[in-house]
Amino acid sequence: MGAMTLLFNLTMLVYLLATVLYLVAMVGRRPQPGRIGRWVLVAGVLLHAGSFAVRHASVGGAPVTSLHESLSFFAWCLVLLFLLLDLRFRLSVMGAFASPLALLLMIGSALSPDVVVPLDPMLRTWLFPVHITFAFLGNAAFALSFGAGVMYLIQDRMLKSKRFTGIYRMLPSLDTLDKVNYTCLSFGFPLMTLGIISGAVWANTVWGTYWSWDPKETWALITWFLYAGLLHGRMTIGWRGRKAAIFAIIGFLLLLFSFLGVNLLVNGQHTFEVFTEL
Amino acid sequence: MTETNTKPETTENHADKIWEFFCSLKLTVIILLLLSVLSIIGTVLQQNAPAAEYIKEYGQANYELFVNLQFIDMYHSWWFIGLLGLFSVNLICCSIKNFPRVWKFVREPVLIASPGVLKNSANRLEATSKEDKQQLADRLAVLLKKEFGTPQRSEKDGKLYLFAQKGIYSRFGAYATHLSILIIMAGAIIGNIWGYKAYVNIVEGTSTSQVWSRGGQVPIDLGFTVRCDDFDVSYYPNSRRPKDYNSDLVVLENGQEILRKRIEVNDPLTYKGITFYQSSYGSAGNAFFQIKITENATGKVMNIKAGQGQHIKLPGGYAFSVSDFTATGRFGPAARIHVNTPDGRHGTPFMVLKNFPDFDVKRGGKFSFSLIDYNEPQFTGLQVAKDPGVEIVWVGCLLMIFGSLTAFFFSHRRIWVCLEDAGGKTKIQVAANAHRNQPGFSLTFDDLKLKLEATIENKSSKKEG
Repeated sequence: MGAMTLLFNLTMLVYLLATVLYLVAMVGRRPQPGRIGRWVLVAGVLLHAGSFAVRHASVGGAPVTSLHESLSFFAWCLVLLFLLLDLRFRLSVMGAFASPLALLLMIGSALSPDVVVPLDPMLRTWLFPVHITFAFLGNAAFALSFGAGVMYLIQDRMLKSKRFTGIYRMLPSLDTLDKVNYTCLSFGFPLMTLGIISGAVWANTVWGTYWSWDPKETWALITWFLYAGLLHGRMTIGWRGRKAAIFAIIGFLLLLFSFLGVNLLVNGQHTFEVFTEL
Repeated sequence: MTETNTKPETTENHADKIWEFFCSLKLTVIILLLLSVLSIIGTVLQQNAPAAEYIKEYGQANYELFVNLQFIDMYHSWWFIGLLGLFSVNLICCSIKNFPRVWKFVREPVLIASPGVLKNSANRLEATSKEDKQQLADRLAVLLKKEFGTPQRSEKDGKLYLFAQKGIYSRFGAYATHLSILIIMAGAIIGNIWGYKAYVNIVEGTSTSQVWSRGGQVPIDLGFTVRCDDFDVSYYPNSRRPKDYNSDLVVLENGQEILRKRIEVNDPLTYKGITFYQSSYGSAGNAFFQIKITENATGKVMNIKAGQGQHIKLPGGYAFSVSDFTATGRFGPAARIHVNTPDGRHGTPFMVLKNFPDFDVKRGGKFSFSLIDYNEPQFTGLQVAKDPGVEIVWVGCLLMIFGSLTAFFFSHRRIWVCLEDAGGKTKIQVAANAHRNQPGFSLTFDDLKLKLEATIENKSSKKEG
């Protein structure tokens, strides 16, 4: 209890610090605070990993079964993926989106009931951590493409109305945002595919069916179809900019629904323990 | 005469139109949208529930509507399957239409760059050298072989050309992904036609050679016998949550033991294409108890074996019975017992706990009871699946992973070199392109440019760097 909560709260604090630094970098249009923010986030992701390790030890398996744990794991995947993409593609502008979102997810996690639930026998397999890691890394990539999409639309609106206010100067160029959007999609889609396939392999070892049209599976497939459509639009028809940004936003909203909304809709195999316990 | 000429043309036009319809990406988008929207029905309306549940929730009239529209089992309805079929046709047609264009890159690589490409390519280099073009070509070929791939040499109109490429396979990533979807669908169809999903409950120590299909009334013959020797469940400490449960299964054929395995929740047993999954468990009938009874007045001790619900006589005309039992109570295994008086009156029931054998003495009745041991026969609940298509599905999944990764992260990169004599000197033109991820390729080309320049000047690029 002690170490777990301490690490969790510390992580939250570090994400808050990174958020402040990235926002200062964006508002002040100076790269220096952003560079510090990157290192702060690295510290945060390590602390966060530590909190999961402690929890893993006390649960005896991958600690991602309750809403509290899932939101926190989502935040961790988001920060990790952002740092990896930043390393390769220098997306530091997205830090001003990724770190506040991670902070928000952590706050959501802190607000949801934190009960350490012993793992169901079904979850005691290596396929469980593999499945959730792919799925949440995919979610994280799509969250970043959503962020780029939102920034694109704001910037686009500013340009069209010719109101060059402060926000206009803070945001990166339309071209950069569009490229970031595509880069994130090109990582998110294969990751999501891997998430779905690893889930199918696992389902087959538990129930003998790789696909059972469980509501969460179906919503994930719907989201997958939408992203497949978006990628075809981009790669073969040549969709760019606004249209692609809007699709990325819709896709992520669908994804959020399949992550959180579906649990409230129908009971399925993916329902969080907390909901079934209550 | 005009009539006879136009007729075949119009039918050809129709055929063309149908072909174009099935090839169009618009159709793909519409199908994907329809599949998405229709799929939602099944996530809102519970699937394959008993009729009574629908009638209770939505009323008789709506239930009949659902049945007619096949909403109850929508993922197997004719319209959903039909849409998936149309999707496959669309995928096949799109691929047939576009494949030749891509195949051409393999069959007939563009060995000679047009002047336009050499002049306007985003990644290009121009230089002149005093050296002979053959000599230059030899040196550049060595560099290209190291950096790009074995170059092909050709000559046209007195100009010397080099062409090299890498990553041509990435042009097929999208086709591999499309093919993988078809393979997965084929596997699913095979599984649906020649496979089944069933379940069976086997009481410990018994065996079965038949399983029950879900929803079906007729049992399915396995063709062999499965025996459950033992079933075990372990719990988390101080909790009623099962940590693990497993069954010792034995496969028998003609009375001969063939295979033996302890199956767990994530670890099934497969024999002759039929797989048994540990899925549930439960109590199979009444438990038996070993009970120690002390007559408090005399201190006389009796050890009695009692079945649940059985009335057993005690000295002095009394009798007792175990009316209820749980193996997973708050204080461990607990039995509810009542004692009947000699005139047949039902006494107040009380609890006897296995983990606290002296607990019942405090009750201060005529007899004290302690639960020494119990044996609760259990059944193991198994899901039984036969799916001859599952391996095909996995092949499809693997192809999908490789296909989508190549489609996104690799590109077909080509480079052309043109050497021509220009007034005693040699004019060198280089152009290169990638069919995807141009920004990334530009960076690579900038590096290559330095090496090309060094090679043309016949310097070591390392010193240059």
